[in-house]
Amino acid sequence: MDQEKLDRINNQKKQWEEESKRLDVRSEPCETVSGRPIGALYTPLDTGSLDYEKDLGFPGSYPYTRGVQTNMYRGRIWTMRQFSGFGDASDSNRRYRYLLEQGQTGLSVAFDLPTIMGYDSDSERSLGEVGRCGVAIDSLEDMEVLFDRIPVDRVTTSMTINGPAAVLWCMYLANAEKQGIGLDQVGGTIQNDILKEYIAQKSWIFPPEPSMRLITDIFAFAADHVPRWNTISISGYHIREAGSTAAQELAFTLADGFAYVEAGINAGLDIDRFAPRLSFFFNAHIDFFEEICKYRAARRIWARRMKERYGAKDERSLKMRFHTQTAGCSLTAQEPENNIVRTTIEALSAVLGGTQSLHTNSMDEVLALPTEKAVKIALRTQQVIAYESGAANTIDPLAGSYFIEALTDQLESEAEEYFRRIDELGGVLAAIDNGFFQQEIADAAYEYQRAVDQGRQVVVGVNRYNTGEAVQIDLLEIDPDVEEKQVGRLKKLKEKRDGDAVKRSLEELKKGARGNDNLIPKILEAVKLYATEGEIISALKEEFGEYREKPLF
Amino acid sequence: MNSKKVRILVAKPGLDGHDRGARVVARALRDAGFEVIYTGLHQTPEQIAETALQEDVDAVGLSILSGAHMTLVPRVKKLLRDNGMGDVLMVVGGIIPEDDGRELINNGHADQVFTPGEPLDNITDYIGSKIRS
Repeated sequence: MDQEKLDRINNQKKQWEEESKRLDVRSEPCETVSGRPIGALYTPLDTGSLDYEKDLGFPGSYPYTRGVQTNMYRGRIWTMRQFSGFGDASDSNRRYRYLLEQGQTGLSVAFDLPTIMGYDSDSERSLGEVGRCGVAIDSLEDMEVLFDRIPVDRVTTSMTINGPAAVLWCMYLANAEKQGIGLDQVGGTIQNDILKEYIAQKSWIFPPEPSMRLITDIFAFAADHVPRWNTISISGYHIREAGSTAAQELAFTLADGFAYVEAGINAGLDIDRFAPRLSFFFNAHIDFFEEICKYRAARRIWARRMKERYGAKDERSLKMRFHTQTAGCSLTAQEPENNIVRTTIEALSAVLGGTQSLHTNSMDEVLALPTEKAVKIALRTQQVIAYESGAANTIDPLAGSYFIEALTDQLESEAEEYFRRIDELGGVLAAIDNGFFQQEIADAAYEYQRAVDQGRQVVVGVNRYNTGEAVQIDLLEIDPDVEEKQVGRLKKLKEKRDGDAVKRSLEELKKGARGNDNLIPKILEAVKLYATEGEIISALKEEFGEYREKPLF
Repeated sequence: MNSKKVRILVAKPGLDGHDRGARVVARALRDAGFEVIYTGLHQTPEQIAETALQEDVDAVGLSILSGAHMTLVPRVKKLLRDNGMGDVLMVVGGIIPEDDGRELINNGHADQVFTPGEPLDNITDYIGSKIRS
């Protein structure tokens, strides 16, 4: 646009501002859920420097702002992947087969806390937690039951597991082999993102250095043997749930991503050998436009840095593929049916932002694990967006909007500013060590809660239009005997397996941990002998030690 | 009420790493003038009872979002009793179904249970009024 025209628009905008000042304005601040002030009107003045070819480009082309696939949803709808798991392996297997029958297109395993923390169900530390907020998996035997009658060469599986990711991944691979499926046929994702555990989700086991080694061992093993596997899902979801702003989620997640890239390079791997299998995982919070811009900015930042700073050449290394989950922290315990509406708005932002797969929360997840009915509505929400709303018909439909492009740019530059601060602190690990991320998130979480308490941030049914009615909704109850049953099965397993062979494999693993060899083949060997998760993790703890956090608030 | 500041232990029992609520509440309590000790994550009931004793606290707040509350809360309460701290105010927060919350209170394991959406001032006011009374 020429300068003369812009000057004219500028003058008209000033007139409009004068007029609008004379009119009434609402009392609520016009801010995003992250506390970002939003202008009343965006015009060509806000996108003056936008260069279509350089900043947007075409879908499937650098810098991928408009999407990583050439055809996006015109080619194939995103993967509908509901995160699910509870009770024991057979309870969860039934739920998975139900979801697949209802048209779900991928699986996503939620493990219980003992599994996430590397304890067997019979550990003292597991008391009261077995099968509670996910499925209890102790050994390959449980994994076999979990995927009974599920064709793992045709269904891809995402597993939310971090500290002990290598162990659960090996169980999945061993089960596939037992089903007669080659490792090159198996596809899926392990979360395997330990940095965001230190930053936000707090399910860590080992200190950073050995944790990063296990991660790069997985990168290398997958590159050679499991080419369809996404070796990591670099996650902003938990950073956001812990209370961060949208810009912090964006910046901290990408900073983690670059830290993994550097770890892989430092481990001697060629960037284009492992980077194509890096994937991401973002939150879809309630502020519709800010979220859409966050996804667009994320793709552009990733592509630019991977190319310019790290010299990646394979275009698959430049493409940020990501999963999205609607924001659990946006759900309310009051009038839980309203959560269906919130989730719909959030899911639509993920779709308009170009997600590759999506989990929609069930309305009752703020109260308990979801019932079958609630999870079905959540899945139907995605199906309505995909097949009725028209949102999947055209690619990146909001591109070119003055507001969307201005906000996308703004988020990108805020992320760049955070990268500078993190670099100044000495990188991601140093910033974790001095509590930088943790404090930034705690501050944002506190500010948000204050805004809600003071009514500056409206939450319908909570601090406005609150009727005080008691919640009336059926909740899923976990079988109270699940712990006892699981412990009993574990005892039987330990009696029938070859205990001496298990012991030898664990000794071999410890020897490997003291050296530099890739540990995955050794873990796979132990898993196939039915060594339990807790035994394998304990063996590694002896060599690696455990992480401790300095508690901040 | 003597001039000693009211001391509150905010604790995360079990394996649950969701500490957003615990940290927000800890900060709100500090801002309301209480002295707050936060245990950090992944504490066993024994560790929590031990810290409560060492720090000589007036109240204990447990934050649990993992569903293990019916196991963990009674254990912490019992260990506090064993330490002669049975009269310490016990407040629980987290994803606690209403029936469970009622059961914890009726059985004397907790004095109050707060669930998502509770304004911070309600929590600080409750603790302040109970301890000062």
